[in-house]
Amino acid sequence: MEYFIELLFSGLTRGSIYALIALGYTMVYGIIGLINFAHGEIYMIGAFTAYIVASVLTIYGFPVLSIVIIAGLAAAVWSSAYGYTVEKVAYKPLRHAPRLSPLISAIGMSIFLQNYVLLAQTSDFLAFPQLIPDFEFMEPVAHIVGTTDMIILVTTAVVMLGLTLLIKFSRTGKAMRATSQDRTMAMLVGINVDRVISMTFIIGSSLAAIGGVLIASHIGQINFYIGFIAGIKAFTAAVLGGIGSIPGAVLGSFILGLTESFATGYISSDYEDVFAFSLLVLILIFKPSGLLGKSETQKV
Amino acid sequence: MTSFSELKKSLIVSLWFSFLTFPIMVIKADPIEKTVIWRWENLFFVAIGSFTLSMLGKIFFAQHERRRARRAADQAPARDPLIQVILREPRYLYPLAGAILIFALAFPFLFSTYQTNVMTTALMYVVLGLGLNIVVGVAGLLDLGYVAFYAVGAYSYALLNLHFDLGFWTVLPIGAILAAFFGILLGFPVLRLRGDYLAIVTLGFGEIIRLIMENWNEFSQGPSGISNIDRPGLFGLELSLDMAITYLYYLLIVMVLITIFVVNRLQDSRLGRAWIALREDEIACQAMGIDKTKTKLTAFALGATWAGMVGVFFAAKTTFINPASFTFLESAIILSIVVLGGMGSILGVVVGALVLILLPEYLRALSDYRMLAFGAILVTMMVFRPQGIISSVRRTYRYRKRGERERPAEEGDTQ
Repeated sequence: MEYFIELLFSGLTRGSIYALIALGYTMVYGIIGLINFAHGEIYMIGAFTAYIVASVLTIYGFPVLSIVIIAGLAAAVWSSAYGYTVEKVAYKPLRHAPRLSPLISAIGMSIFLQNYVLLAQTSDFLAFPQLIPDFEFMEPVAHIVGTTDMIILVTTAVVMLGLTLLIKFSRTGKAMRATSQDRTMAMLVGINVDRVISMTFIIGSSLAAIGGVLIASHIGQINFYIGFIAGIKAFTAAVLGGIGSIPGAVLGSFILGLTESFATGYISSDYEDVFAFSLLVLILIFKPSGLLGKSETQKV
Repeated sequence: MTSFSELKKSLIVSLWFSFLTFPIMVIKADPIEKTVIWRWENLFFVAIGSFTLSMLGKIFFAQHERRRARRAADQAPARDPLIQVILREPRYLYPLAGAILIFALAFPFLFSTYQTNVMTTALMYVVLGLGLNIVVGVAGLLDLGYVAFYAVGAYSYALLNLHFDLGFWTVLPIGAILAAFFGILLGFPVLRLRGDYLAIVTLGFGEIIRLIMENWNEFSQGPSGISNIDRPGLFGLELSLDMAITYLYYLLIVMVLITIFVVNRLQDSRLGRAWIALREDEIACQAMGIDKTKTKLTAFALGATWAGMVGVFFAAKTTFINPASFTFLESAIILSIVVLGGMGSILGVVVGALVLILLPEYLRALSDYRMLAFGAILVTMMVFRPQGIISSVRRTYRYRKRGERERPAEEGDTQ
């Protein structure tokens, strides 16, 4: 039973991290119908920025709390800057090109960013500073459920709530919803579609950055390659829930996180990634529109 | 040509990129040793570099616009690029092809064994590129897991050689058939998918194959791989290492020629035209009565067949394989070859493979930047020249009035 709870919480933690990244995919897909292949790299850059900033501040002897806040903010700022730039450089010129072109360009961007970090920093695994202090709480289960698990879950919940409110009530959120429904119509009623797309990339990227910081301090190490696998898995989660749907992405992430956690716990830990990919293939075969997604009608 | 406002814009771009790359390019921190290295010179390089690139881009666009405006004013038809003229005219094409073939055949005698070995690798990528070109370039199905079929070929030779001591020539067709089988295996579930979803599923498939090879130790010997694979034999002759390399080189030349011949014939066949129709418009293609299932599956299977064969060659050449050779990056390299060369264009893919594989080899100092360049090439090609170095030619019939001088009957593809 203890093992089960442990796996359950590890699944939920994974799920909430996937959710933070998956939201970026799903939002971008909802607005411009493009799989932003470089999104995983944005997440990786967020983790690296936090690592660099936190290391520098630690060396210069700043207090812990300020390090957490500054590193988190820096990660969000730089990740959204990268997200914004990637959109401007690699996707905006291709908005009217055939579908294959932006996809290839996105793959190119992803490879470029990976190698850029590899060359500018290092290919080694870096020990990520423990940003989240490890204090004892929830005595009876403390040895099963760590502080980081709790903090990740709470942070994710808060961020999700914030995002929902933003999309429901703010002007930007309304503009985003309008653009995702019909871009031409949105343009006709005076919405600056370019700015909405930029905003989507910025919001998605900062969510990914938060995910990056959380998972890096959870696992304790980062590497230039972490974005690739995490990106694919978050994408799987987004597809599982129905790409383009925000609640779908969250649901899909938790399903994927729990599946992975229980599969590695009860079957074998060697095939962790195989489970995720097999799940992806299975979903796409049986329900390409995902659990909460609308099936797309084809127009001739 | 360069106004003040353009200079200002480039300056802003330069400032933006300096800000963007600041933490990752400038700071290198080590919390364990408690050292921070500030690399301010990188900031300077980024600023200068992005400023120059931005200015060059602006000049390029300005010229492009002016040329287009002039052409529109003259009403003159766009002239075909030289390469298309050469490809079209047999009297230029045949001597040129002959010269290249003679050079290729003489290569091992002119250069060292090392050069021959490098060239063999490049030729393998030519075949891989041509194989992927069937799937991506001709049929328009973005396959990101192409390397899985390459792995299937390589592992079938390695394993059959290890356990049953089967030779190269026996396994070559077996590897091809196994890869084709896997192609169909992948093709079946993804028949309903298109575009982006297809790309992701194929990527997932490629990773599944690699992860299984890495973890299923009893079957594939895991990450340590399989070594001491036999080289191909020549009628039972014992070959020295140098001779084996030369022999493999000639085999690959033959392989490339066969591939070019087959792919060229395929493109003009009924099946090839069905693939092109599928690429252009899937729904219209179905409405024309083309069997979509068969068309897609044959594209996957035929593309995979070439990868399987090259996989066998790869295992025979290196005599050692492990899962690290079959990562997603390998798929990305092959995809870059197809995209850089020109999707759907045979000559383009050949040129693309030679450029992308030989260039980093000869510019050793830059080989660290190889993957960075691959990424940048994919993006720039898509933005500035989506048709690649040598675009594929679409055959069009053009009506000529009597007395009019002979005009080209074909036009550059404008997809």
